Amino acid sequence: MFRIKVPRFWRYREFRYRLSAWKCIHCGEIHFFKPLVCRRCRYREFSEVTLPYTGKLLAYTIVRSPPAGFEEYAPYIIGLIELEDGTRIVSQLADVDPEELKIGMKMEATFKRIREDGVDKIIAYGYKFRPAIQ
Amino acid sequence: MSRVYVAGVGLTKVDEHWKTSLEQLVTEASLKALDDAGLESVDAIYVGSMLSEILQEQGHLGAVLAEELGLSGIPAMSVEAATASGAASIYVGAREIESGRAKAVLVAGVDKMSDGMAEEVTSALMVGEKQEYTGFIGATFYSLNALIYSLYMKRYDVSQEKIALFPVLCHEHSVGVEHAQYPFKIKLETVMNSPYIAEPLRRFETTAIADGAAALILVGEEFASKLKSPKTELVIEAATDYVTPFQREDPLWFPALQLATTKALERAKISRNEVGIIEIFDATSIMAVISLESSGFASRGEAWRLLENGELSLSGSLPCNTFGGLKARGHPAGATGVYQVAELHLQLTNRAKKNQVDRAITGMAQTLGGLASTAFVTILKKVM
Repeated sequence: MFRIKVPRFWRYREFRYRLSAWKCIHCGEIHFFKPLVCRRCRYREFSEVTLPYTGKLLAYTIVRSPPAGFEEYAPYIIGLIELEDGTRIVSQLADVDPEELKIGMKMEATFKRIREDGVDKIIAYGYKFRPAIQ
Repeated sequence: MSRVYVAGVGLTKVDEHWKTSLEQLVTEASLKALDDAGLESVDAIYVGSMLSEILQEQGHLGAVLAEELGLSGIPAMSVEAATASGAASIYVGAREIESGRAKAVLVAGVDKMSDGMAEEVTSALMVGEKQEYTGFIGATFYSLNALIYSLYMKRYDVSQEKIALFPVLCHEHSVGVEHAQYPFKIKLETVMNSPYIAEPLRRFETTAIADGAAALILVGEEFASKLKSPKTELVIEAATDYVTPFQREDPLWFPALQLATTKALERAKISRNEVGIIEIFDATSIMAVISLESSGFASRGEAWRLLENGELSLSGSLPCNTFGGLKARGHPAGATGVYQVAELHLQLTNRAKKNQVDRAITGMAQTLGGLASTAFVTILKKVM
């Protein structure tokens, strides 16, 4: 089970809260969490970038058999989104019923509660995508 | 470099073993393998397990198994590569034989999923993915498979009925298999009417809670000529890839499997069309299809044709998952890779009973960790 401990959660907040990521200066590969070495070209310098908040829906599914800690949220939708810059991101989808989803539709990032965990009831927040509001 | 031979195999039935512990399962399989080889002891033990540290909270399986076998004193340790952990233990054992440092090695795989609740098992099976990324948002292994499945059907314009034939084939092959978890036939309608686990992926296109252990005795040239047991020659290669398939250039392709297959064929000095039996890693139907394509046994988007033409049946040109594969023999995670190779060994030593494939002299087993972030390819050859 994915345990939410404060330091473990806090250290990844830039990506989860703001889609802040790391771009390899040499080959342009996007890394969601700060790497030491680029997985693609092995270069060691990166610039901090904010990923586009919009993109299109490539595929989606509904989690009906959830992992421990997610029981009370199931069923929930998991989607694959291709952001404007071509980066593919896996995300929960929010504010939408599955019947309203169409492959190729425009999606936008939103800031949501992911779940509560542990005896201290720590609340984890992060990005979710929803159909873009025109 | 010494050649590597399989000189003994041991299997437990894949089942929900309520009365039996993880330790008992792996000990039973290991003793059977030692007895099959006619050996009392070995130079080293490697155990593959994906879930024991999570579900049983039992690590240190090397020392645990050595003690259970009355072999404390010899070097023993566990090896982990998610669902490919069993194949990883074979890899390490085979390399030790090749190096000449060991004459005989016991390699085993074990997992016992029935000790966890459904949600705990679903969580445990996510340790092979990136926890801080997909794990954090509750994207299960099956949900990632489902995304790939949707992309595949759209790109290649293939209907689900074509892909869902894979579990039907597996169940045909498991009928009457003593060690199979589900030894009965199912119809395509049964698969297509089973509930969604993560649409489009249906329950019967995935595997279930399973307990099981399998073991092999690997020996070098020196021992191979002394032991009377039936033997096959083994070659194993491996490769890795990014853990999240959507970071890869093409999520509908398993480059690690392609690479490991090429390396294994090269080292075994055979071509694809000389492979007489193939054991595919069908953790889901869609993984089976992409595996057949990535390893070069089918063209992109066309693996379903092999199924439809009957080429993967026991009497076909490339008999596939001859004891039921992951779907019907069962998929006890870290044990699966060892089951696959043990089954090839039974085939090539003419001990496959009613599932015996005629004329095969070479077999290939593909074992994947996660969504092919790790790939092991084992080739077994009949010893003439």
